[in-house]
Amino acid sequence: MVEKIVVSEKNIKFLKKVQELSGEDIILCDQCGVCSGSCPMVAEMDITPSNLMRMVQLGIEDVMKSKTMWLCASCFACTARCPRGLDLSKVAEALRLINLRKAIDQIDINNLSGEEIKRLPQIALVGGMRKFTS
Amino acid sequence: MATKKKSAKAPKAQVGESDLMARIADANKTVVQGVDDSIVEHWVTIYVMGRAYKVPATLTIMQAMEYAGYRFVRSCGCRAGFCGACATVFRRAGEYKLEAALACQTLVEDGIYLVQIPFAPAKKANYDLDNEVYDSATVFKFYPEVARCISCNTCTKSCPQDLQVMDYIQAMIRGDFEGVVKESFDCIQCGLCAIRCPAEIVQYHVAQLARRMYGKYGRPREKNVQKRVKDIESGKYKDEFKKIMALGKDEIQKVYIKQQQTREIY
Amino acid sequence: MKISYFPGCTLKTSAQNFESSAVNSAKILGVEMVELPRWNCCGVVTSLATDDLIHHVAAVRNLVRVQEMNKNGLVKDNYNLLTLCTMCYHTLGRANLRMKQNPEDLKSINDFMYLEEDYEGNVKVVHFLDLLRDTIGFDKVKEKVKKPLKSLKIAPYYGCMLLRPREIGIDDPESPTIQRDLLIALGADDIENAYGKRCCGSYQTLQDRNVISDLAYDILSRARLEGAEAISLSCPLCAFNLDNRQKEVIEKHPEFKPMPVFYFTQLMALAFGLDQETCGFDLNYIDPRPLLKEKNLI
Repeated sequence: MVEKIVVSEKNIKFLKKVQELSGEDIILCDQCGVCSGSCPMVAEMDITPSNLMRMVQLGIEDVMKSKTMWLCASCFACTARCPRGLDLSKVAEALRLINLRKAIDQIDINNLSGEEIKRLPQIALVGGMRKFTS
Repeated sequence: MATKKKSAKAPKAQVGESDLMARIADANKTVVQGVDDSIVEHWVTIYVMGRAYKVPATLTIMQAMEYAGYRFVRSCGCRAGFCGACATVFRRAGEYKLEAALACQTLVEDGIYLVQIPFAPAKKANYDLDNEVYDSATVFKFYPEVARCISCNTCTKSCPQDLQVMDYIQAMIRGDFEGVVKESFDCIQCGLCAIRCPAEIVQYHVAQLARRMYGKYGRPREKNVQKRVKDIESGKYKDEFKKIMALGKDEIQKVYIKQQQTREIY
Repeated sequence: MKISYFPGCTLKTSAQNFESSAVNSAKILGVEMVELPRWNCCGVVTSLATDDLIHHVAAVRNLVRVQEMNKNGLVKDNYNLLTLCTMCYHTLGRANLRMKQNPEDLKSINDFMYLEEDYEGNVKVVHFLDLLRDTIGFDKVKEKVKKPLKSLKIAPYYGCMLLRPREIGIDDPESPTIQRDLLIALGADDIENAYGKRCCGSYQTLQDRNVISDLAYDILSRARLEGAEAISLSCPLCAFNLDNRQKEVIEKHPEFKPMPVFYFTQLMALAFGLDQETCGFDLNYIDPRPLLKEKNLI
């Protein structure tokens, strides 16, 4: 099935926003796929990191519905290997922040049982709260 | 004797409205009975929720507000700097910084712009300390938002008691109960830190849990008290008590007076 | 040599064994780790947005403390900040780099933290492995070994924060050798670990245990395939994901044989002949003592 993608003003605005927040020149991505190959969480993702970059390049806001940037563990494997020197972890963070800065949290800490929280080391709570809550 | 204060004569308005106009004209004046304006040497202007009032310079914020006609039904408690009810946020004229103070303890300054925060809608966890482990993980269980602290120091800046609030929250994060107890001891739970915290932490409730846990599990038990309790439980004083319980009223009086008169060397 | 030391929150609670083994091993190497006074949580993981400064405040505050320590004479002319946890190393280091590379950001943060002295930008964040390799030298480490970890097959695990990205990494991100060199100096066998640079899942452990147990299973199984009997690492979050989460791994794969996970400083302490309390093996989730007894190391 062929899907027609129209890159309108709205799309460009979204791309610009992500570029500004991440500081990365997203247009440079040439879709080589090394990031997807390096990502430890790729098996759980609905779209691969390369797909994510492509959607952002085209300014497709549907990318916000994906789980991909929330599954990112900020491991920087993609960053270390990108042949164009792009920092994909910053792009994922920018996409997360677009939601978080609207005060839309990704996790509700109340969903974790008291026992589970007790088991976790503080470092997990601190890191998780920073990336998933606003 | 209280003398009725003189108020300026309001301009004569239409019939029926003259009374109303007079009252409106009076509204900006001080309404305290029994004080002659002429005995006050120094006046300052304070702004309570945006409205200006001329008040004597030697009053506390709470007294000044009452001088201006406010009757406190909240934001007022012990009037002694201990209960935390009169938490006030104010800004000095020309400054951008917000300051925190207790209205009953702070003198007015010319041009301060203030509001009172009588209540903080703070989260309060329910816990049964008998069933909890003495561990920082327990505190995280009840207040996981403590992990959100970004060390911005806003809580410390908001404290009317000049406590190092950020320091005790950080002590809590690393499980240093004694540190929390030391730094939070003088907290009066006014709530200003919780209101301003960007991470929505309830600093004073966290500190209270920590102090309770420390008191229950962390402090060494007083050895003499423990020994005495053991002695009592072993029945060491049973006979003495039996004797006293068996005495009649006159006997007890005699024994008591004698005991009061003798000086015993312990 | 006295050096400022930043523990990080977890090292004061569930990872106390990491700290006690490190501090005491360092003493033997002539290094006194002086804890930063009034330190605060560094705030893992570093904030990656271009306009976000508030999340770097926590890290910069700690760098100011190093300046204070020099002024108070707690350390002498030493602007290095030693860290054990790789996440703390990374977060403090990245914030430091940001401050050094962007003077306007540094000014904003200094203005914001007006109750602190200004951060002047001259602190260097150092990881313990870095200190061992570059300042102390692995030869000196070898000299102090009383009980070589003979026949102990340990796979070095790095995780992400120590190696990537290059601006903060202490070793080659594709072929790191630093931990391997340390383990060889301690007398252990040389084990390759192809999955040593793979992420353990980090903070995802908060929202999805399944993913973490899958990652842990892959990493540990691969290490075992390469001949390892144990893992050595440097981060309490990696330790939680690879050690404590073995509970979930075994639930999912009942045939999986548990593998002990060490902090590299515990191995140092063991090799230097320090007692078991210093090594702190009782805080390890999978008990390493049966393995160590088998190898006659305890």
